[in-house]
Amino acid sequence: MSHDSTKKIIIVALGVCLVCSVLVSTAAVSLSAIQSANRELDRIQNILQAGDIDYTGKDPIELYKESIKSIVIEIESGRILDESEYTEEIKPENFNIKKLASDPNFGVTIAPENDIAQIRRKPKHMVIYEVMSKDNTVDRYIFPVWGFGLWSTMYGFIALNNDLQTVEGITFYAHGETPGLGGEIDNPRWKSSWKGKKALNEQGEVIMEVIKGLVDLSNTNSNSQIDGLSGSTITTKGVDQMIKYWLGDQGYGSFLDILREEGNNEEV
Amino acid sequence: MKKYKDVLFDPIFNNNPIALQILGICSALAVTAKLEPSIVMSLAVVFVLAFSNLSVSLIRKHIPSSIRILVEMTIIASLVIVADQLIKAFAFDVSKQLSVYVGLIITNCIIMGRAEAYAMQNPPGMSFLDGIGNAAGYSFVLLFVAFFRELFGSGKLLGYSIFTINTEGGWYVPNGLFLLSPSAFILIGLLIWAIRSWKPEQVEED
Repeated sequence: MSHDSTKKIIIVALGVCLVCSVLVSTAAVSLSAIQSANRELDRIQNILQAGDIDYTGKDPIELYKESIKSIVIEIESGRILDESEYTEEIKPENFNIKKLASDPNFGVTIAPENDIAQIRRKPKHMVIYEVMSKDNTVDRYIFPVWGFGLWSTMYGFIALNNDLQTVEGITFYAHGETPGLGGEIDNPRWKSSWKGKKALNEQGEVIMEVIKGLVDLSNTNSNSQIDGLSGSTITTKGVDQMIKYWLGDQGYGSFLDILREEGNNEEV
Repeated sequence: MKKYKDVLFDPIFNNNPIALQILGICSALAVTAKLEPSIVMSLAVVFVLAFSNLSVSLIRKHIPSSIRILVEMTIIASLVIVADQLIKAFAFDVSKQLSVYVGLIITNCIIMGRAEAYAMQNPPGMSFLDGIGNAAGYSFVLLFVAFFRELFGSGKLLGYSIFTINTEGGWYVPNGLFLLSPSAFILIGLLIWAIRSWKPEQVEED
């Protein structure tokens, strides 16, 4: 059979495709369980880090099950969904921010004038993680946040104390900022500088800002200011806008208002 | 025996794919800000290049010349997907750093270049060695660049502090340029200069 006959071409092409597709699908199918376990572990570790829960020497998955309860809220109203209202897509275990935001049934487009975090779309619902204390009350809330930096969307979590004002921790689990400059949002020292700062005032207005340069401690607002990262003005601004967006009315504002009212009623 | 040795070791200094042939520069710039991802990237390229050369060579007598590039491409792409899946399963943290660059091995000119230039004409054993040799040449440059970029850019090697940097109370002020891609250009340029001064026969005629 000639080397370049049509028949030979088709046989070789089919043969190569068949062998290659078997190879690729075997790899994908046999490794998918390990890969999804990795992703799950990564997600859990990030939630624990944001909640400032030390998991060194412990099994993060066990610790997560013991200390963290996830709830799903409707962003606009701030209402907590009952478990009976969960659908497959918005169950906490399956919650995929990117997928839900782009889905026409589960996401909404953000009006450009409100879109300070430059994320264009967001899901209608969000999953929030409650860190439970020993007496079974909520100690802190961990909120997923994301916003656009210089090159990429930065995905992370911010944890608030149950006073609904004080930051307990922040962490980013996915971003593509310049290593060493904007990528320093992963720097443990910088992240720890957030702890104890006031993100909101008593009225629930966002007062936190990430400023350019270092915070002047003599400043009256210094308790709600975060040092900007040097050499990364735009990433820093992105983080600043992200916090303002997500803790404000567009983000978790309604949910925080409801919690605040509940808290006030209980005190009365 | 010498023949095998030449095929394996020539591409490291005498005929380095990056330094002499100036192929595969793009990924050498992108993944070398730190040493660890460069090591994983190197291993992935060794795997893909060795096996793509081997597979192309095994069926070289049956590949019709009209669809030769397509067949090579299909084989390379499949191997890259397998490598990517393996990295995602067993080196998850690194896979997050490498992101799309593992997938981009498909477009790495070295791999296509070796399949076309070597594996199509040579027996499987030699092609396999040629693949390892060329990947090692590529890896050598990658690791060289990554070593200096991580050391001077963040004062660390493989994540361990070598120079304590000033923000953590040390003396070293990191050089931000080393974290940006242009520094890899400069380092590769210096490396090419060094190799060509040592082996003047590599210098191109004007």
